[in-house]
Amino acid sequence: MNLAITLLVVIAIASVIGTVLQQNEPYTNYVRKFGPFWFEVFKSLGLFDIYGATWFLILLGFLLVSTSVCVWRNTPHILRDMRHFRTDVQEKSLRSFHLKAEWETGHNGDEAAARSAALLAARGYRVRQAAQGEHRTVAAMKGAVGRLGYILSHVSIVVICLGGLIDGNLPLKLQEMRGELRAETRDLPASEVPAESTLGTDNLSFRGSISIPEGASSNVVFLQLRDGYLVQELPFGIELEQFRVEHYPTGMPKSFESDLIIHDDELPEPLRQTIRVNHPLIYKGYAIYQSSFGDGGSGLDMRAWSLDLPHQEPLALKSNVNRFLRLTTTRGERTLEFTDFKLYNIFPVEEGDTSGKKFRNYGPSFVFRLRNPAGEAMEYVNYMTPVEVEGRQFFMSGMRATPSEEYRYLYIPADAAGTPQRFMTLLAAAHDETRVRRTVEQQLAGMMGGDAASKEVRSTMIDSISRLLALFVEQGIDGIIKHAEANVPAEQRQEAINSYVNVLQGVLGALYVDMLRDEGVDVAQGVSDADSQFFDDALNTLSMLGAYGSPFYLQLSAFEHIEASGLQIARSPGKDIVYLGCAMLMVGVFMMFYMHQRRVWVYVMPRDGGADMLFAGSGLRNRMDFEREFRALQAELEKAVPPAGAATN
Amino acid sequence: MSVSSDYLEHEFKQPSLWQRLGWFDWLWALLAVAGSIYAHVHYAAFMDNYEIGILYGTALTLIWLGWSWKPVRQLSLVICLLSLFAIGLYGEDLARGDTSFFLKYLVSSQSAIMWMSALYVMATFAYFFGMFARSEFSSRVGSALTWSATAMGLTGLMVRWRESYLISHDVGHIPVSNLYEVFILFAVITALMYLYYEGRYRNRQLGGFVLTVISAAVAFLLWYAFARGAHEIQPLVPALQSYWMKLHVPTNFIGYGGFALAAMVAVAYLLVERRPAGWLAGRLPSLEQMDDVMYKAIALGFAFFTVATVLGAMWAAEAWGGYWSWDPKETWALIVWLNYAAWLHLRLTKGWRGRPLAWWSVVGLFITLFAFLGVNMFLSGLHSYGTL
Ligand code: HEM
Repeated sequence: MNLAITLLVVIAIASVIGTVLQQNEPYTNYVRKFGPFWFEVFKSLGLFDIYGATWFLILLGFLLVSTSVCVWRNTPHILRDMRHFRTDVQEKSLRSFHLKAEWETGHNGDEAAARSAALLAARGYRVRQAAQGEHRTVAAMKGAVGRLGYILSHVSIVVICLGGLIDGNLPLKLQEMRGELRAETRDLPASEVPAESTLGTDNLSFRGSISIPEGASSNVVFLQLRDGYLVQELPFGIELEQFRVEHYPTGMPKSFESDLIIHDDELPEPLRQTIRVNHPLIYKGYAIYQSSFGDGGSGLDMRAWSLDLPHQEPLALKSNVNRFLRLTTTRGERTLEFTDFKLYNIFPVEEGDTSGKKFRNYGPSFVFRLRNPAGEAMEYVNYMTPVEVEGRQFFMSGMRATPSEEYRYLYIPADAAGTPQRFMTLLAAAHDETRVRRTVEQQLAGMMGGDAASKEVRSTMIDSISRLLALFVEQGIDGIIKHAEANVPAEQRQEAINSYVNVLQGVLGALYVDMLRDEGVDVAQGVSDADSQFFDDALNTLSMLGAYGSPFYLQLSAFEHIEASGLQIARSPGKDIVYLGCAMLMVGVFMMFYMHQRRVWVYVMPRDGGADMLFAGSGLRNRMDFEREFRALQAELEKAVPPAGAATN
Repeated sequence: MSVSSDYLEHEFKQPSLWQRLGWFDWLWALLAVAGSIYAHVHYAAFMDNYEIGILYGTALTLIWLGWSWKPVRQLSLVICLLSLFAIGLYGEDLARGDTSFFLKYLVSSQSAIMWMSALYVMATFAYFFGMFARSEFSSRVGSALTWSATAMGLTGLMVRWRESYLISHDVGHIPVSNLYEVFILFAVITALMYLYYEGRYRNRQLGGFVLTVISAAVAFLLWYAFARGAHEIQPLVPALQSYWMKLHVPTNFIGYGGFALAAMVAVAYLLVERRPAGWLAGRLPSLEQMDDVMYKAIALGFAFFTVATVLGAMWAAEAWGGYWSWDPKETWALIVWLNYAAWLHLRLTKGWRGRPLAWWSVVGLFITLFAFLGVNMFLSGLHSYGTL
């Protein structure tokens, strides 16, 4: 019994560890967290998968055994105790009871016994009477069934543990120990996973997950095993016909569901069934649950606008999420890895507003990584449709070096047609050296005389200004600042930069005005506010381009949204056993607490003209309640079988 | 002999429960049934069969409760009237909450809950004053305040339920879905358990102690509402959209309530036990009685917590694909359960009593507290609803 209590406490404490220490993470995480030494220590203690650790299972085993033993030992005498009325109780043992009362009655023995028995029966007691020689014994008890509560609740513990054992991963552990099974840690397609990491359909109990894209199907699931996984084969194929997700205005998913088709040779025709969260499909004892969703490889049609050769037509690209492209760019080899697509991007309008009131949908977006031969990658998220900021339209593109960073956004002004074309044209002009030189020349024209000396100066100025512009276009404002730091003494640097910027604005402005003319705008009476606003935005973007780190801007022109449904598939033959145990436990515990076995005895000793009454009782539990009940019964008895002298009814 | 004994038995017969029921009991039953039929007829569209079952099950439970603990009838009727009043004032327009005087200052869920909070805190002081000053009157005021606070709290939940549907039909749900809402539930259930004890044992001396833990819950509730805006009604994530929530959560909080009650009685017990002749001793129930209450509270808590954990497992089996995942919340439920199982064993099989078990149930409250607050605050897992 002490063992039982100790076990309960020890198991409780052991369980705490697994909640404090994240279980079954990739081992590398643990190494990072605890360092190699403690990692090894913890690993050997099985702390990363405590509830599967041998020592933990042994603890549970002890509980199982000790409970069984305990029930085994207690049951016989409890059952006997339930039936047995103890009519043979001795007078002196009754006298030793804590709850007792004695009086003399005028009724004769038989009458006294009969009246007592009747009263107790009327109060819901089961009554037995016995007469030994002179005296009569009335033995009564109540609530004996409650004792079954103990048996039920404790047997239930055993039942639950056994059911759990069937569903637990003990068989896998054994196979692993025998070296027949190895967790796969590489990221492989199911077909290439070696046999030693694959489980056949004869595996009785497992719980795995699989992500199936719309239109695709699968006949395996992946089981997570410590830092790796196993492939579990299914005796049927699951096809995802369609996946649907609904959102609340907040962008939070409201419901998601999958139209599944089960392909099984044993079925006359494929079985169609829609599953939702909380509404699984049970097929052949395999339970199929809707657990999550993600992108299933959406098709992406893109235009790559070169930022180095902006005069070129954009390059058309085609790919899918979870695929990649190899490109030779103006800056060398690059791989484009497409990692995600989102149909909606719903954000609260004002920062930190979560009241579920003002939300705005930024439309479709896709995420990709641009990786250079050295393996370094920048991550980008580009929004398909122009986003409105202060009444103007921009193409939004976020970039970051590591997932831990916030995105920094580049805003490319969109033209009336909703394309980046106009910005690109300006950029092209800025890239066009001869055109730049011409413009600078026109700007400087009239500034100086026509003599040879000033011609000389002018051409050098043209050179330097053009170089400055090239620098700006290539490296953005940072380039200009670096240039100033390199060539200008600190004290004059700031104004130098300012004057650089003025000059550049002048030149770019002139280029822009040319562009407007080409567009057929009449610039004779000044430039419209809209156009000058566009120029300012374009200038901002230009000054950011240096930091953008990509040789092109990738515009999403069209997409085919393919969703994937995250399914969880479980087979647990032990479940019903566990539920049976749970039912027993619940019933048992209530019986234990709310049905108390209690016994009372009336010991009647006849004497001339009456009898001596001895009333005694014992309650298994709830002493206070029973005492109250006993005293009430006593009062009633003293009325039913009144003391001699007291008026008889 | 047997003949005469039958005759005698008849002579000693007492009126059965049925015969003891008065007209009010029957009216009560009638109202409960009528109410659920009305709800069934009008809102069947929002319920699946399980939920309809739960609806009638609730009616039967209420009838039984009202018959075996009479004050429940008056309480429920008051709550019912207040809620209907609020719902009537709202009509179909949530915005009335700001314009209608009674909604704004009395029965909109938010104000009702504020009233609850204020009343519970006042009750705490009234009880303590009643105990220190030996003022029966002050203690009576304490009870009255506790009853009213409970009425306001439950009204607040009822109205909040309606408000969620006024926001939008797909947002609507029973208000037991996040920490804010269950804290109200916790306060109310603990209070009800105490009030039952108070009526049964005819003494109010423990009120201050029990109401202290409720006031603490209220303090958290207010901080949570004002600092985190937790009182905003949020829509349900898909995993929570299930009839199981209506069973699992309230059952759990009956368990928590029992454990909390036991712990507070244990505190009183320890204070008296330290100075048996001290002035507190004269003002509190006998050690034996407190020990008894402690056991009863834990027994009740344990029984319901067992049911709640089983229900939780069955829900998990339906929502996550496994009845047991060793997810932190599940595991902590097990820890709490094992802890009290050990407690019960010590009392019932080793015959322990008094101080050690009193300390144990105080510690038990902290374990319980961690299970339903700490886990959400510090540990991650499947169960991360209503995170802080
Ligand atoms: C998870 C494991 C267990 C749980 C949850 C549990 C639960 C309980 C509870 C709640 C009680 C008090 C009910 C009552 O009698 O009023 C009880 C009583 C008892 N338990 Fe356990 N128990 C467990 C394991 C064990 C084990 C392993 C043993 C023996 C080695 C044991 C022996 C007893 C005994 C002898 C009683 C008293 C029975 C009686 O007085 O009617 N229990 N158990």
